[in-house]
Amino acid sequence: MDKLLVSPAPHLHVKTSTRSLMTDVVIALTPAILVSILFYGWSELMVLAVSVASCVLTEWAVTKFLLKRPSTISDMSAVITGLLLAMNLPASIPWWVTVIGGVFSIGVVKMTFGGLGQNVFNPAIAGRIFLLISFPVYMTDWSMTDGFVPVVDAVSGATPLTALKEALLSGSTVSEFFAESGLTVRDMIQDVGASAGEVSSLALLAGFAYLLVRKVVKIWIPLSIFATVAIVSGIFSLANPDLYTGPVFNIFTGGMVLGACFMATDYVTSPMTTAGGIIYGIGIGLITMMIRYFGSYPEGMSFAILIMNCTVPLLNNWFHNKKYGRP
Amino acid sequence: MNKLSFRIGGVHPADNKFSRERSIETLPLPKTVYVSMAQHLGAPAKPVVAPGDKVKAGQVIAEPGGFISAFVHSPVSGTVKSVSMRNDLAGRPATHVEIAVEGDEWAEGIDLSDTLVSEIRDDRQTILDKIKACGVVGLGGATFPTHVKLNPAPGKKADCLIINGAECEPYLTCDYRIMVERPREIVVGAAIMQKVLGCRCVIGVEENKPEAIAALRSAISELGYRDMEVGVLKMCYPQGGEKQLIDSVLRRQVKSGCLPIDAGAVVQNVATALAVYEAVQKNKPLVSKVMTVTGNCLPADRMHNYRFRIGTPLSFIIEQAGGVPEGAAKIISGGPMMGKAISNLDACTVKGSSSILYLDAESTKRKPAGNCIRCGKCSDACPMGLEPFLLNRLYKAGDIEGLEKNAAQDCIECGCCLYSCPANIPLLDNVRQAKAQALGAIRARAAAAKAAAEATKK
Repeated sequence: MDKLLVSPAPHLHVKTSTRSLMTDVVIALTPAILVSILFYGWSELMVLAVSVASCVLTEWAVTKFLLKRPSTISDMSAVITGLLLAMNLPASIPWWVTVIGGVFSIGVVKMTFGGLGQNVFNPAIAGRIFLLISFPVYMTDWSMTDGFVPVVDAVSGATPLTALKEALLSGSTVSEFFAESGLTVRDMIQDVGASAGEVSSLALLAGFAYLLVRKVVKIWIPLSIFATVAIVSGIFSLANPDLYTGPVFNIFTGGMVLGACFMATDYVTSPMTTAGGIIYGIGIGLITMMIRYFGSYPEGMSFAILIMNCTVPLLNNWFHNKKYGRP
Repeated sequence: MNKLSFRIGGVHPADNKFSRERSIETLPLPKTVYVSMAQHLGAPAKPVVAPGDKVKAGQVIAEPGGFISAFVHSPVSGTVKSVSMRNDLAGRPATHVEIAVEGDEWAEGIDLSDTLVSEIRDDRQTILDKIKACGVVGLGGATFPTHVKLNPAPGKKADCLIINGAECEPYLTCDYRIMVERPREIVVGAAIMQKVLGCRCVIGVEENKPEAIAALRSAISELGYRDMEVGVLKMCYPQGGEKQLIDSVLRRQVKSGCLPIDAGAVVQNVATALAVYEAVQKNKPLVSKVMTVTGNCLPADRMHNYRFRIGTPLSFIIEQAGGVPEGAAKIISGGPMMGKAISNLDACTVKGSSSILYLDAESTKRKPAGNCIRCGKCSDACPMGLEPFLLNRLYKAGDIEGLEKNAAQDCIECGCCLYSCPANIPLLDNVRQAKAQALGAIRARAAAAKAAAEATKK
């Protein structure tokens, strides 16, 4: 007889692994990716490929040459960072900007902290903001590339949020903006012109539903973000409908759905407890709305997530699970 | 009917009760048995036999070595060959009495018939004395002496006796078989303990054992017990954990650092109820019990539920069941979640033995640990509401104060955290150490406080 294995209990292990969880996230992102390729064509596919390749290669190079440790790319987390980063970029972006974003996301934001599980900030969000600040022109050029089906190009060359900001700055009201642009609720949910990750809220929500069914993530963080955004924008738009947009517009434009469902729910950079997650979500919702209404940037989701990332250690310290037999 | 369950955590491994249809068979007697003196929780028993003595089955061979301890009886008739140290199942040295088997002669006064004796004639004290004299201990795994548990400290009162028939560990079917085959004896055993405690009784059985639920229910109505019922439990591990079962059945939680009796509950396993029945009604000491031989690499026709004499070497049982199967990477005594992996097959069965489980490498070999991705699955799984990832980190940092603050001492070692970790981090291995450190700190403080109090008294 061969040697017997001896180890402490338990002797069974669940089939879920880090890799399978990450693969589930990739599967969940697939509908939105397909839709964006449909709308933006080969150039979108190019952005996705370059982003994923630069993220994965950076992680491989850092582990091999700097850390001299076994490679961790097989856990698929770099692939997700690559996909999420690409979904935050315009399809028209030059390839070398995408590469810089990928190298920064993985090389600086993730690996310098010790790799998967150690980073404080969401790598894809930090990468996007890095690019937004460094290359504002490339990052806000939303002119249409050649897609396979025509996209609703309501506000050509700009996202609805940017166009709105410009309209408001030039003195028109919210209702005038909608009348001029012809933007409908259906457009917003299905196919509004923006980055890949913003183009179809419906596809993103379908992917998120898959994650919920597979019990990869819990609903509390996105739910509290959407609820906060709905309440805040509801109050503001009722108070002054000329100046402030309402809940539907705010939830279905910009990176709201992508950010809430796929980036704010990142395991590593979100709180461990449900209570902490709800506070975290409320914070993201509030900050996003404050930036959208009062800030100089049209879109506040990524800044809101980045800011709330900083509070996660505190939230983990303050909130704990209910323990058995303790008050 | 409403299915009962505990409110915090839990996991759902496949139950794999492959051997459920295998009726209990009586295992033949081995040539030699080795009876451990440390097969119960508490002080080891003190042998009262010497090499050369002739013993009969059911005869006392060791007396309790302290208040929390138990009698040990000879499981066979024969000659004592030696009283010496030997490694037990866990690989720890313990005193064993070696007996060469000769025939199968039983001590006086033991009723070996199958006739059901349902009338409970003895009074409370006599029942307790008989349970003690027959060496009955908790057969759910902890092997705590039953007579101690049934005799709460003055001022403490149980209002519910919970009989644990959850058998939430995957693979195991020994409790299931006795519930199906001997439900009336179990129910009478429960009634005996009810008489001692003077309270109602709920028998908790997981929903995946409908035949056992039906058998127990019909036994209860047949015997006309009013204050006893069967509670159907949701299938969720660790449903049969003492603290979880109390929460499931009574919607009460045992306060940290307290005993079940402080929450008004006493929990006893179904196999213990059967042993109590045999002790009180049949005067039969705990010298045999049922175990399952099963696994995921064992052909179905080699799975068994055996009634074996306690002290039978594992190697003998393995041989009787056709040897170690092809592909077995690990042999476990007990369930796959809390059982012990065995390396020495010469070790002998004890009162707490419930199975020989063969698992193949694919299902049981640990994978290399990755980074914690803070998914929180361990916290969600922990039935005590602890945060294993945090305890793991505090343990590595040597922060004993932090461990105590985050309740490492409350860990019940059920294995849910390690089971559910997608990064294969050996959480429980470290949390076990953490628990010991936290408990050590608490005990040291208590001892210091006691010493200080005594110093001021003088």
